[in-house]
Amino acid sequence: MKLAGFLLLLAGWAIVLSAVVLLASPPQRAGIALAGIGIEALGLVLAVRSHLAPSGDRG
Amino acid sequence: MSLLAPALTEAGTAGCILFILLVPLAWAGLTLINTGLGRSRSAAHSMLAALCVVAVAALVYFACGFAWQGYLGRPAHVFTLAGKGWNWLAAEPLFLRGLRLDGSPASLAAWLQMLSVGLAALIPLGSGADRWRLPASCASTALLAGFTYPWFAHWVWGGGWLAQLGANYGLGRGLLDAGGSGSIQAAGGLTALSIAWILGPRLGKYSRDGIPTAIPGHNAVLVLLGCALALVGWLGLNSAGAILFTGAALTGTVLVGVNTTLSAAVAALAVLMITRMRFGKPDASLVANGWISGLVASSAGCGSVTPAAALLIGLVAGILVIFSIELLEVRLAVDDPSGAVSVHAVAGIWGVLALGFFGRFPGAAGQWLAQLVGVATLLGFVLPLTYGLNWLLNRFYPQRAPLEGERLGMDVSELGATAYPEFVIHTEEFIPR
Repeated sequence: MKLAGFLLLLAGWAIVLSAVVLLASPPQRAGIALAGIGIEALGLVLAVRSHLAPSGDRG
Repeated sequence: MSLLAPALTEAGTAGCILFILLVPLAWAGLTLINTGLGRSRSAAHSMLAALCVVAVAALVYFACGFAWQGYLGRPAHVFTLAGKGWNWLAAEPLFLRGLRLDGSPASLAAWLQMLSVGLAALIPLGSGADRWRLPASCASTALLAGFTYPWFAHWVWGGGWLAQLGANYGLGRGLLDAGGSGSIQAAGGLTALSIAWILGPRLGKYSRDGIPTAIPGHNAVLVLLGCALALVGWLGLNSAGAILFTGAALTGTVLVGVNTTLSAAVAALAVLMITRMRFGKPDASLVANGWISGLVASSAGCGSVTPAAALLIGLVAGILVIFSIELLEVRLAVDDPSGAVSVHAVAGIWGVLALGFFGRFPGAAGQWLAQLVGVATLLGFVLPLTYGLNWLLNRFYPQRAPLEGERLGMDVSELGATAYPEFVIHTEEFIPR
């Protein structure tokens, strides 16, 4: 799950960059870029959840 | 297309030097805050670790950091994508050999960055307090100062592709981040998150059911003194950054100073009022966190927004930080003793975005999207990179102190002596002598 989270972070970033490079229309560019940020948010949630398991007391 | 360095008058150069001289006070401030919010039995370790990571950061940045970061108008690696040049890495010689240290904007930027990278390196120390081994924190700092920081900072301040989003794709003036809300604070804060994840929570922080235990900081006086020093350091940092990275005139630093102060003030008061309403009394450590979050959020747009907007930026930063600290500690099991992730990453990202909403300058259309691309890069590039580097380091050299060392305190286990040998009595366990 941790790896999937970080891969989604990278994928979201790639979508944002693709929107900037490939699209010329400002509304389309903004929409796809926001979708990329959404993917990143999903990746962050997965990364956070993957770190919840070892939160118990070590002692 | 290459962005050009600002032309500085003699007065501008002198002013910039004075501002840069103030930046180490921000180090002092963060160091005192990190130490005060940690346990008393790790206080000397925390202070020494701060000194060591600042030293390592400066040396590594001198050796190779500036070579990757560079500055506006200087040599860089560029590839072409869809007919546009993408400047992705500086091409300077190692050890500052290609740079004349003569007061030119590039030399001032190198000096400022040598200090700023130390500030970024201090941020993870707060999240790793009471359990991060000294050699590991130095090694992690070397990775931050040698790779993560200069790489992203080149894209923002070295004429890299983020700075050129305006020229190449019509997104305002490209990513703007005068004082480093993103490049210094969010980059440091995301590294702090990685360190908190990799180290895990402190001994006794969470019960087996996952319920967090409050471990209050040991010295509120240090924390609050740190806030005062941090303000002075931030005034220097934001002013020097505005001159060197956004081309502000020396007279423009008055606006920078007013905005920085207002943002910190309103953030601290917002936290004070919220904690008073929620808990009946103000919480000193959270108010301190609010103060710093206001400074952090002010940095990106310090010279580009009105004082009214700076007030709003600070207010939102204060509100964000208090709920973010609670979310991370209670719901997400991130043990971050100094609140570094919330204060630096969350408020830093907010500061970068806020400039897109409130920036007032010619050609600001599309600026918000440039700022959004900057945030996407922080989350999609900086976080995986810094986590991956620290994860690899941890595989070869475990970063967390052994259980017995953590139980004794980092002072005794790593330094052999405590910060307060005559005054502190540990009631929860006996320390054999």
